[in-house]
Amino acid sequence: MGYRSSVEILTEWDIVAARQLGRNEAKEVGFGTVDQARITTAISELARNIYLYAGKGKIEIERISEGGSFGIIIIASDEGPGIPDVRKVMEDGFSTSGGLGAGMPGVKRLMDDFKIETVLGEGTVIKATKWIR
Amino acid sequence: MNLRIPILKLKDTLIVSIQWELDDQTALQFQEDLLTKMHETSARGVVIDLTPIDFIDSFIAKVLGDVISMSGLMGAKVVITGIQPAVAITLIELGIRLEDVMTALDLENGLEKLQRELEA
Repeated sequence: MGYRSSVEILTEWDIVAARQLGRNEAKEVGFGTVDQARITTAISELARNIYLYAGKGKIEIERISEGGSFGIIIIASDEGPGIPDVRKVMEDGFSTSGGLGAGMPGVKRLMDDFKIETVLGEGTVIKATKWIR
Repeated sequence: MNLRIPILKLKDTLIVSIQWELDDQTALQFQEDLLTKMHETSARGVVIDLTPIDFIDSFIAKVLGDVISMSGLMGAKVVITGIQPAVAITLIELGIRLEDVMTALDLENGLEKLQRELEA
């Protein structure tokens, strides 16, 4: 497992802290400006979802490498209500918060790999990976 | 930490340069401040320059989109300027379309565009 740093999401300000951490990590790992923006935006969306739907949770950034490639994984975890219909939240335009948030499909498009594990009543873990091209 | 975004008046135009990363509260405060200033000054146009901004998430995009619609209700036109390549790419990938929004490459072009719109 690579170097990991994290931000607890409890308030709106933690959304800002999470994306600043993400931007710094992305820069240090060697991502270009467009990928830095993608990663920062993805973190902002994931952190806001935690804040809105679960109340509290955590954003972790892990540096990864494989066969000479470098990247990062964003791990967004919470112990919130879980997602009842994952397929539905992955549809474009679906939002339960009244149109706020571009939602999961947008985050998926910004990243290279995207996985959701969710258990009703227990919480959700989202792992989104980006590699340096 | 909750700094307010300065809004400058130049003749019948308001000029805003967003210089730092927006948190949710600052963005909402800006929305209110801009509309209040518009009302006080009877401004007919607004240029919002985003040159220093290196990312826009769905929340900030929604606040910007809303402030443009709200300004329209008050009879003012808004031009957004200085959107960075990385910001344009991530907004579209995220699935956000700021449709019917007047944009220009930089502040100078934005002011010219706004002037033409106001004279039209």
